[in-house]
Formats: sequence, structure tokens, C-alpha cells
Amino acid sequence: MLNLNLKTTPFHERTSALCQPQNWRKWAGYFAAGSYEHVLDREYWAIRNSAALIDVSPLIKYVIKGKDAAALLHRVTTRDVHKMKVGQVAYTGWCDEEGKMIDDGTISRLDDSTFRLTAAEPNLRWLAMNAVGMDVSIAEVTGDMAALSFQGPNTRKVLNKVTEKPVDELKYFRLMTNKIKGVEVTISRTGYTGDLGYEIWMDAKDALKVWDALMEAGSDYGITPVGILAMDMARVEAGLFMLDVDYTSTSHAWIESQKSSPFELGLDWTVALDKPGYFVGRRALEKEKREGSAWKMVGLAVDWVGMEKLFGKVGLPPQIPGSAVRASLPVMVGNVQVGYASTSTWSPLLKTYIALAHLQKPYYEIGTDVRMEITVEHHRQHAPAKVVKLPFYEPEWKKK
Amino acid sequence: MTSSNTYDAIIIGGGHNGLVAGAYLARAGKKVVVLERRPIVGGAAVTEEIFPGYKFTEFSYVVSLLRPEIIRDLELPKHGLKILPLPSTFTPMENGDYLAAWDDHDLTRRELYRHSPKDAEAYDEYARVMARAAKAIKPIINLIPPDPSSMSIRDLMGLLKVGQYAASLSEKELYMVAKLATQSSADLLEEWFETDALKGTKAASGIIGTYLGPRSPGTAYVLLHHYMGEIDGAFRAWGFAKNGSGGVSGAIYNATQALGVEVRVNASVQQVKVKNGRAVGVILENGDELDSKVVMSAADPKRTFLQFVEQKHLPDDFVTAIQNFRARGSSGKVNIALSKLPNFTALPYTGNGANSVLHRGAVSISPSIDYIERAYDDAKYGQISKHPYIDMIFPSMIDPDMAPPGHHVMSCFVQYAPYDLEGGWTDGRRDELGEAVIATIEQYAPNIRECIVGMQVISPKDIERIAGITGGNIFHGELLLHQIFFLRPAPQWADFRTPLKGYYFGASGAHPGGGVMGAPGMLAAKEILKDGF
Repeated sequence: MLNLNLKTTPFHERTSALCQPQNWRKWAGYFAAGSYEHVLDREYWAIRNSAALIDVSPLIKYVIKGKDAAALLHRVTTRDVHKMKVGQVAYTGWCDEEGKMIDDGTISRLDDSTFRLTAAEPNLRWLAMNAVGMDVSIAEVTGDMAALSFQGPNTRKVLNKVTEKPVDELKYFRLMTNKIKGVEVTISRTGYTGDLGYEIWMDAKDALKVWDALMEAGSDYGITPVGILAMDMARVEAGLFMLDVDYTSTSHAWIESQKSSPFELGLDWTVALDKPGYFVGRRALEKEKREGSAWKMVGLAVDWVGMEKLFGKVGLPPQIPGSAVRASLPVMVGNVQVGYASTSTWSPLLKTYIALAHLQKPYYEIGTDVRMEITVEHHRQHAPAKVVKLPFYEPEWKKK
Repeated sequence: MTSSNTYDAIIIGGGHNGLVAGAYLARAGKKVVVLERRPIVGGAAVTEEIFPGYKFTEFSYVVSLLRPEIIRDLELPKHGLKILPLPSTFTPMENGDYLAAWDDHDLTRRELYRHSPKDAEAYDEYARVMARAAKAIKPIINLIPPDPSSMSIRDLMGLLKVGQYAASLSEKELYMVAKLATQSSADLLEEWFETDALKGTKAASGIIGTYLGPRSPGTAYVLLHHYMGEIDGAFRAWGFAKNGSGGVSGAIYNATQALGVEVRVNASVQQVKVKNGRAVGVILENGDELDSKVVMSAADPKRTFLQFVEQKHLPDDFVTAIQNFRARGSSGKVNIALSKLPNFTALPYTGNGANSVLHRGAVSISPSIDYIERAYDDAKYGQISKHPYIDMIFPSMIDPDMAPPGHHVMSCFVQYAPYDLEGGWTDGRRDELGEAVIATIEQYAPNIRECIVGMQVISPKDIERIAGITGGNIFHGELLLHQIFFLRPAPQWADFRTPLKGYYFGASGAHPGGGVMGAPGMLAAKEILKDGF
């Protein structure tokens, strides 16, 4: 029978029972819980203070296998993939020939000739085009695998209660194979929140077993199912951007100015210009490196007192939406627009209104005073803000 | 005397106000020492492991009024401040039902509707009126109270500000503020609601820290004082601090350290040194002498003016005013280490209770206004309330790091426990207070006794003994109309200065009052800097 509903993830039986507001969001063709409670506070704080369990199964996943698997990823992405050790995970973007971003994700080296690549959007065609003549197979495994992002300072303690091998030695951006209740899983020390956290990868058929084991083991550690709305706030604090929100893929940009290079997104550290051989976009990226970037993604911290003054004029305390806002907000210096914020959010932890913003040279220098658009009672105003370093928040335990 | 014992400013008392003042002075480049008599800083905002592994937020237990500007100026989030949500209030009722207020407006409305459709509607309007009233009086919080009898430029300017502010209120707002300032919380609430448990729970916040009952005039103002935290818009610094109230002090302490403040613990002040009519330092109980250009006390008014300073340095009428300052403690605290959560019959949990929604918020034993008024009747005549008002939270359900995994801690604020107990406080009477609390909770959660691993009962005498607050009043002095604004702590001396030159006062006994607000410490520091030294 024809079913035009969005697809459900392997955790749906649990997540749908827990989702009080039934505020499903669309994520790559799947239902994803916006939040489990009516108010986001507890979910947000689970990420920052205890243990947040997030269903990230819709993430697009490829398994790339074969003698030339490393060579393919070395060619497609900006990282030096030949240097990656087995068990290592690398975050990367990939570009077109003009050095403009197509997508971003993580590469996991599962063994010498097997990699897993995650992506926000389908990339099979692009990968296949680049694999011509290579000894490599590329398979999309999105539907076969379930994935949980387990984020927060208590996650290590909870995992240690359910995993066969302790995860204490698992370093930042490394992965290990392990077992939870007899189920084979891969656990990587990765996430999208900038806190201590892990991502757990498993066969779709084992999903509920793993979910239940974690929920039970985590009950004394404040485990909380968390939807993507709270995660969206945390990822802004962590200075992490999102495709289609904070940048446009060259594959669907209509005009040149919609495209971004990895340098413009602050990904300098992922562009291995010193790696041997060709990779897609190399020449353009080398040129940009030499000449400097016209734009840069930075953090903006909006001045609260400035907001109080603007809202005070109409007799209100500052009003800010309770979740991250994915809307473009002009950023001004004087009367000139010098860029735009692409995601803004109130940070409950920092008690600051923050935004990821794209600013033109030279306004992207740290410490620059700018103004960001806010709406005060239907009127556009510009609140004073400062350019700050990303991430906004990085706890000491993130990498420890 | 070594130069290491010479400072620009000495702050007596390492509670949150003392630390805040120290941080603000150091921020202005001053060399500051904060002296704390206990081995730990925090004063009445401390977290201690009375039983190993179980962290008690010993005295104060929620954050609601901590000033946003302090959080910003001292960068407290960077120094570890995390304010976690306390999403609900649950009031078990005597008939076995309950009344809950949730963090979601529609859920609360639905719940109220179950009890009274009329109250469900009135609730929204009431919240708006209170928020408007709080907004109307908010500008006063950060005002240096002007002395209405003075002709000094500063006071006249201050009075002008108050005048301008009063003129800016609409007629309606002015009446509302005047009414709230004089009414009893019972009268106020009876104008609005019919559900007893709702009225009782709301009335409770009008008596906290006072020696009054819900039917006493003036309690509506205290209720409003507690609403003050609700008007900072999205800033909303309301909830339970990670690691309890000690987490708040800890963050402020970290800020003082980043700013170069010297903090000495186990440094009990005996006396303020006075030379040529000016405070010039302090003498510690161990005989050490410290010199400074100014001294600020963050202790309670009685200790500040009747103990640290020889009375010959102060005018008689001032001394009399301080002696008459009402600072009688009326509340106690019972902190409990639990092996499991007490199960409330009105809404029982399953399993180990980890998913129990009610335990994540406050549980209020306040079934009606009459219940609380009767509790007050006992206290009026020097007795512990047989059936006290109790405000409970389960910190380990909000911050799992507060207790060993699977175990819990419980914080019970209890009123009334009069400081001037008839016959005086003894260990036996303290046990009696603990028993009154447990027996009361037992009516609603019959398994409470089998959950208890350890228990700490704190009477107002203990608050005085441990936290050093004379009289054991949690606000260092009741928030009565004759004890606020330009009358706090005494007429003519509400601007954080004192009759003794170079001696300042910035604690909960000063404007704008108590409640882990930090405002007195901040405002006092700013006045000290204004005077220049």
C-alpha cells in the first residue's frame, strides 16, 4: 500500500511513546522528535549537565570499502585520509572544483580498507563520479543502521555500566567496537553538542535493545531523551554549523554568492593543503589560502544591556525565542550591512543571546563591534553585539 | 605590621554578598581581602556533605533573585554557574488528590481546570497582574534608597528619581502597588481564587522568612518580592543551581579569584579598628590586625553594628534602631539523605522513581491558607508548628551529581520554627522539629521513614550558630514594610554607608534585601567606589 508518511527510525516505537508534544520535524525524509517535553529546558540541560539520548538515525551514512577506499576519501575530502589510523574519526567538509563546500560530515576508519562517511544530504552520485577507475564499493547504509548520539558529562559513566569493554580510554574523535547487552556496536567519541559525548552505531534490528539498556543504566544519572530542538541550541554554543541553515551546498546554490569555502566557514584546520596529491578543489583552496577569504563565519554575542535599552523603549524586558532561530538576520556596522547571522539562540548556560554569523573582511576580526537585527514589537532594531571566538562554550571535559 | 596585611578594602563575611562586593571592588583595581569565619565560603549559600556522598544545599536552596547584572559583570557562567530548571510545583492535598503547576502553560491550565474552571482562568490574569506589579517596582531594586528627610544633593536626586518613577506609573499600577504593599497575602489571593491548595501554595511565598502568617498585612509584598525574578524576560535566572547554593557561591568565589581577591577562611573578625572616627581595619579573633582604607560588613545588621563596632562610635538613635530591627528567625531546614525516593500516594511512581515527574520540581505542603495560618498560630506563642508549611525539593533529581547513583537528597524548608522557642532550643527540641517535618510528610508519602539514610535538622538557632546570622532570619531581617527601602536597616542609613566613616554595610539586611540576590553587595561596592578612596 502506498504510504506517503515520512519514514520512521528504528527507535520510533520508543521515541513516539515518549514524545509529549508530538512535534515531529522532518530530517532527511524521517520523523525526528523536535522535543520530548513541551518546554526545552530539561532537554537542553541534560546535554550540559547529565546525559542526553538523541536519535540521529536519519543521518546519511555510507560504507566505503575496498583497496582504494582511502584514496577515494583522500581525493573527495579536504582531510589527509591516508594519515588516518584505524579507529580514528575525522570531521571534514568536501568541495567542488572551485573549492566551495558541497557537504560536511565525519569519516570513520573502521579498518584498513573500510570507512564510514556521514553526510547531511545524499552524495552517492558525487562519490561514484570520483571513484571512476578505483577498486572501491560505496553503499548507503542509512536505513540499515541506527545511530544514537549520547551527549553530556555523565555519558561516560552510563556507558561503562552497559558496555562490555569500558570506554574510559576512548579518546576524542576515536572509535571502538564494543557490545551492549550482547549487541555489537561501534562507539565513537563524537557528537554535535560540544560536550563530552559519544555516538553509538548499531544494526537497525538491535536499536530498541540498545535504547532500553541505556535508558535503564542512565536512570540514576539523569538520562533524558532529547530532541533536535535542544540539540540545535547546544550546537550553536559549540560553534557547529548546519548545512542548508548556515551554508548552502554548491550543488543547490543558484548564485555564486550563496556558496562558501571551508575557510569561510572557519574550517581551516580541516583543509590539509600539505597532503600529497590531488584533491577536489585543491587549486582554488590554495589560492584562497594565499589571498585571504572575503568572508568568515564567527560568533556574535549580543549585548544584553543594549537589548534591554531597545526593548525598554517600548516598556518590555528583552524577548527572545525559546529555541534556536534559523533565520537570516542582517549584521550592521554603522548603516552598512557587513554580513548576516544564520542561526541565533539564547544560551541558557552562558545567559547570552548568541549567533553564528557570516561577516565580510575586515569585520570578522575577533572583538569587532557590530549590530545585529532584532525585532522589538514588530519593529526592526539593531542590538549591539561583539564578534567572539568560536566555540562559545567548550567545557574542559569535552576532550579529556 | 607587614604590608601584606594592608588593603584598600576589607570585607567582613564571605557569604555571597561579601564575595560579590569583593569582586566588584577588585574589578575596579582595589586590593581586597574577604574574611570568612568558617572554613568554607558561602555563608548561608553553601553546599556541604554532612553525610559522605550526599550533598546538602544546607540553608538556601533555590536561585530566583540573583541579579542578572552580577551574572554578567562577574561572568559567572564562565566560572561554573549553571542554573538548572525546577519545572513544577506539586501540592498534595488532604483529600488524597493533588494540585500541580507545570512549566507548560497549557498543562497547568488543564490541571487547574480539574479543580476549578474559574481558577484556571483567573490564574493567567493573576500572573499578569503580579508580573506588572513586579515590573512596576523593579526599578527600585537598583536604586540607592534616598533619605526623604535629607536635603543633600544626592538624596534629592534620588527622591526625584523615585518621584519620576511614581509619576511614570499608571493610576491602576499605583493602586495595585499600594494595595500589594499593605494587604495580606490571604486577602489578595481570596480576591482571585477558590481552590484551597492553590491559595495555600501561593500564600506560602508571602510568609517565607517572615514572622507573619498569611493573614498578616504586609505579606502580599513579600509574595511580590518573590515574583521579582520573573521579570527579566528571557534571562530568567530561576531554578536550582548546579551543586546547590554552594554552586552559586562557588562561581562567585571563582570570579573573585580570577579578579585577584584574597579570601581568608577561618578568619573570624573580633572588632573593627577605629581611628579618628574612621574605620581603618579589623582585629581578628586570633589577634591578627589588618589595615585598610575602608571596611565593609556583609554580616547581619546586629553583628555589624552591635558586635564589630564599639557602640561609642555610633549615635544612640542608630544603635536603638538596629536593636529594634526585627530579625527573628521563623524557619528551619531539614536536609535528608535518602536511599530511595519517598512515594507520594497522590501520584505514586513506579520502578525506582527516576521518571517521577513530581520529584523533579518542588513539593509544597500547603493544602490551604488556614493550614499555614494554624502553623503560624503555634509559632506566635513560641511553639514549633505541629503541622508546618514545608517546601521540598529533591536536588539529586535535578542535578544527579548531588547524591550517589540511585540515592537521593531532599531539602525541606520548614516554617514555622521560632527562634524564640518557648523554653529555648535544645537537642531534644531540634529533634521535635525534625519529627514534625517527617510526620507531616508521612501523611502524604507514607514510606518516607524507610527512605532516610541520614538527616540534618537546622533550627533558627543553628542558622545563627553555623551561618552566623543573628536571630537566624534567612533575610538577615524580615522584609516588613517598616524594614525595607530607605528604612533598611535604619532610617538615614539605607545608602550602604554607616554613621562610622569608612565603614560600609552590604548584606541582606541592607536594601533591597535577601534571597541570594547579591544586590546589596554589588550596590554597596558601587557606593564605596563612588566615595573614592
